[in-house]
Amino acid sequence: MNKNIIELFGVSKKFENYQALQETTISIKHGEFITLLGPSGCGKTTLLRLISGFDKPDTGKIFIDGRDVTDLPPEKRHLNMVFQSYALFPHMTVYDNVAFGLRCKKVSETEIQKRVTNVLRMVKLEALHDRKPSQLSGGQQQRVAIARAVVNEPIVLLLDEPLSALDYNLRKSMQLELKQLQRRLGITFIFVTHDQEEALSMSDRVAIMNEGYIEQLGTPKDVYEEPASLYVADFIGEANIFTTEILETYDNKLVIEIEGKRIALNNKKDFEVKQKVHIIMRPEDITVWGENEITPEESKNMLPGTVEQVIYKGSTVDLIVRLPSEKKILAAEFFNEDDEKLDYHTTEKVWIDWIPGWEVILPYEEKI
Amino acid sequence: MNKFTKYFYTICVYFFLYLPIAIVIVFSFNNAKHSLVWQGFTFKWYASLFNDSAMLRVAWHSLILGVLAATIATIIGTLAAVSLFRYRFFGKKILHGLIFILILTPEIVTAISLLLLYSFLKIPLGFWTLLLAHTALCVPFVAVTVYSRITTLDTDIFEAAMDLGATDFTIFRKIIIPLLLPAIASGWLLSFTLSLDDVIISYFVSGPSFDILPLKIYSMVRLGVKPEVNALCTLMLAFTLFAVITTYQSIFKKKPS
Repeated sequence: MNKNIIELFGVSKKFENYQALQETTISIKHGEFITLLGPSGCGKTTLLRLISGFDKPDTGKIFIDGRDVTDLPPEKRHLNMVFQSYALFPHMTVYDNVAFGLRCKKVSETEIQKRVTNVLRMVKLEALHDRKPSQLSGGQQQRVAIARAVVNEPIVLLLDEPLSALDYNLRKSMQLELKQLQRRLGITFIFVTHDQEEALSMSDRVAIMNEGYIEQLGTPKDVYEEPASLYVADFIGEANIFTTEILETYDNKLVIEIEGKRIALNNKKDFEVKQKVHIIMRPEDITVWGENEITPEESKNMLPGTVEQVIYKGSTVDLIVRLPSEKKILAAEFFNEDDEKLDYHTTEKVWIDWIPGWEVILPYEEKI
Repeated sequence: MNKFTKYFYTICVYFFLYLPIAIVIVFSFNNAKHSLVWQGFTFKWYASLFNDSAMLRVAWHSLILGVLAATIATIIGTLAAVSLFRYRFFGKKILHGLIFILILTPEIVTAISLLLLYSFLKIPLGFWTLLLAHTALCVPFVAVTVYSRITTLDTDIFEAAMDLGATDFTIFRKIIIPLLLPAIASGWLLSFTLSLDDVIISYFVSGPSFDILPLKIYSMVRLGVKPEVNALCTLMLAFTLFAVITTYQSIFKKKPS
């Protein structure tokens, strides 16, 4: 389980004048579900194609299962790819599509029949084996594409935005199916997506990419709760960002000023006085109090604000609160036993605070 | 535009396109040697056509020539289109442009240049010069037809096939050819009809040893349109239509919707 199945050392790729992938070093473990996440043009598909062998890197080395495959063509790498467009062969039946790879490897027809039938049963498409791809729904085509890849028993399965063409509900159920399939097969999945929710819910680890770099590689919990950069914080989930300067530091604490209030926070990363920082708060970590819920003493450590908009979401109520500096923040309030009503209305005066220590402090970055 | 002018306009267009053909068909059944007036229905022009052994031989020549030229042109044109699409090679852009230039070149220019070539190489005019000329005429049409179809294919399927371990030859045989079959068939039919009715190039590069239909018709009408010519043209039309319809039924209809 902990053996590295794929290792990239200083791999980069340039297309004409465009640096699609900066020098990247990454190790992927055996049996891991890893997601490459980022907006279009961030290099995630380039990275996938370099691993698959469809593109050759300009620099660096690629190892699969300890073997240097940098100069090997795709079919010699023991991995298979699921394409965004599914890329099914339109003139072949489901069975022939799935059998294609085995036939190329000159496997005997009896063996092919056994393996294809098994895989089709696994993706619940046995009954449709003699259909053409055009007679299948999007989700079924997706499953054929996956079956066609896994029937070859690859050590790594590469998936290039395989769910992006499906509608919301189907995508949700395919996410579960894919995750189950990966557990059952016990092989490594490298999954490319631009959907952060998909990435968080499916992956063992997520690599967040931006402009050809991996900004952060970590578990979904890590990248959500401890984003390494402003970009990651902003890309994964909603984030309220305050930009400020450190006024003083003492005893593992640092003092900053937000909205005219001096607030002491834990200094986890040894920030220094006068350093500019970003304070990041997730909407669900922010608590909104009505004026009559707190005492003047308590409000000393809170920020005042006005409710600008109330968005009822079923399990939560999202509030857009305007602070005195006109900055707007997003707060998500959960229904719970203490606070069943969550009865906010616009222009209501409120106080906000957050659970101390749940904020993330990052050094100042020029670009936002 | 009101309804009347719209219908009138449409009818005019159809008349302009199809009336000449209809007249040929009608007069092939007209029981009169020279008259343009309807004299009653007859099959005798067809009968005299089938009794004319010289005419049948010429028709046979055209058929052989058409099938061979279309087949060779289809093979070369398909390979050219697939290569242009799949591979990078020296002079690719020039070749791509040249194909269109060949289509646009006036036939008379092609004809004269081929004649010059043959006389330079001292090749006697006859079957082989005709076959070569017709093949050369048809190749660009096949290439363009097939190429326009191949560009509609999802290129991911080639990568998917490579990913599954298919060699270039397997991809060509199992994926490209089946998917392009409708376009290849269209290209073949187009070539066949081009060969069947080509007068200009054929006129320059044919010899007395090998007569073909379009030249025979051309020489017949120089002495006035004979009813046999009408009958012959009707048969050619029927044959072509039959070929087109059967191909359409067998290849295009099979394509899943």
